[in-house]
Amino acid sequence: MTQPDHSAAAALTTPSPSSPLTGLDAVAARKGMSPRQKTLVVRIVQYVVFVGVVLAVVFTANWHQLGQVFARSDVLRITFTSTTDVTLGTSKHVINGLLLALCNTIVYSVGAFIIGLLLGTVLALMKLSSVGPYRWVATIYVELFRGLPALVVLLIFGMLPVAFPGLQFPLDPYGTVWLALGMVYAAYMSETIRAGIQAVPKGQIEAARTLGMPAGMATRRIVLPQAFRIITPPLTNDLVSLVKDSSLVYILGLTAQGFELTKFGRNLQNANANLTPIALAGLCYLVITVPLGFLVRHMENKSATRAGAR
Amino acid sequence: MSETTAGAGPMIRVDGLHKSFGELEVLKGIDLAVDPGEVLCIIGPSGSGKSTLLRCINLLEQPTEGDVWVHGIKLTDQDVDIDRVRAHMGMVFQSFNLFPHLNATQNCMLGQTAVLGRSKAEAKRIAEHNLVKVGLFDRMDYFPAQLSGGQQQRVAIARALSMDPLLMLFDEPTSALDPELVGDVLSVMRQLADDGMTMVVVTHEMAFARDVADRVIFMDEGVIVEQGPAAQVIGAPTQERTQVFLQRVLDPTHVREIGELEPIDVAPAWTHA
Repeated sequence: MTQPDHSAAAALTTPSPSSPLTGLDAVAARKGMSPRQKTLVVRIVQYVVFVGVVLAVVFTANWHQLGQVFARSDVLRITFTSTTDVTLGTSKHVINGLLLALCNTIVYSVGAFIIGLLLGTVLALMKLSSVGPYRWVATIYVELFRGLPALVVLLIFGMLPVAFPGLQFPLDPYGTVWLALGMVYAAYMSETIRAGIQAVPKGQIEAARTLGMPAGMATRRIVLPQAFRIITPPLTNDLVSLVKDSSLVYILGLTAQGFELTKFGRNLQNANANLTPIALAGLCYLVITVPLGFLVRHMENKSATRAGAR
Repeated sequence: MSETTAGAGPMIRVDGLHKSFGELEVLKGIDLAVDPGEVLCIIGPSGSGKSTLLRCINLLEQPTEGDVWVHGIKLTDQDVDIDRVRAHMGMVFQSFNLFPHLNATQNCMLGQTAVLGRSKAEAKRIAEHNLVKVGLFDRMDYFPAQLSGGQQQRVAIARALSMDPLLMLFDEPTSALDPELVGDVLSVMRQLADDGMTMVVVTHEMAFARDVADRVIFMDEGVIVEQGPAAQVIGAPTQERTQVFLQRVLDPTHVREIGELEPIDVAPAWTHA
């Protein structure tokens, strides 16, 4: 069998077998278009189809109707200028409703994220523990809260003060939301964090222990910082997902002061019988998540620069 | 037996050390003593147990049987605070194991501040002193990934030295290095030996062992086969196993006839990645 062999080593050691298709022969033996020409044709066809679809959408869509449904100017004005009365302690303020809802969405999500991160780290360490009961408890927790819909957990937490009179979560409704969503997301995040911890090479722990660090200190100072660097992208996914799940808070029956974006949009949608407020609220989620994505990519690039060629 | 006879006697003593991983017995009764200031090189084929022996000395591996004494402290005593002792035993790994999220100086500082309780300023001063010592005065704020293998290994040595160790353990410190970078690391180690550091070095660098070691141990299949002055063990080995090993390591290009090959091949030094 004479396979065309182009490896330099082969050329050095064995007399090169004469290839059945060399130089000019290859051109002569070709039928129809060359590979390069085929690629060009395929690409042109794709562009034509793409432009066709865009033109079809532009010319067939009922732009006036779409504008009336999703971007009616008078409703836009109402949405942007609506205000909410806010009571902080004894002082009363009047705040732009959309801005307040945006802030509330951020506060709900970030608080829940922090609780999820802390609890998730504890759960991850428990799951990796050599102590059996720790592992069992962590496993049961993760299975339970990963399996329950976040909406159900929120409802239960919302009802707890009713079921147990006297029970009051701090900073209501924020405490309730932070705890409920935080506990759900801790289950997801613990699995991510566990994977990150396990991705840190064993030699790192050995080096830390060799310096005389006790196991706990080695985990805190050496393993966790590296683990969190590894899992920044999946943790960002969790945070984005949490920002969106904060919309479930509507189920708690909040006062206007606690409205987040979705609840705020829905109220104005009902009042104006128009989808413009909810469309705007939807866009506001992107105002949070898109910069977040840029921030994380920037952080990753920074640590990649540090990591040099690796 | 007295538990603490610090200062007197050998720096390291190993009595009847056995280590098994499940069914596999890696160390089959090792007795060893290393004097203060002595440089001991351990050579031997892959799987002979030399790295395991080294890792038993600072209890990275828990011995199955037998005792280890360091500086008069019985490490195999259940109640010994191994972290406190480890803080005074430097170890250098084949794969460097620098902390990738810290730069060279921070790598050398962390143990000092977190374990020895030194102030940041003092730790920084000592770290920089040791980085200069290993020839990295111009790489102090570089992160490990920005350094070559040889530079990383020298940072690792500086990190260990920053803890003011009583002794240093080296686990094949040059095996992961490109050939042209080996010399820098070995010359740092040679300098350390000249300064009187007690060193136990697992190595495949026969020239280093011959020139620097006070004593060389040849291990095979979990036992010490031969030991003595470097010139004797490497220059004129008496045991056949030592002779075969040295022939293969010192002349890896030696082409054997098919009939000469033994069923179990001994991997030469350069196969260790």
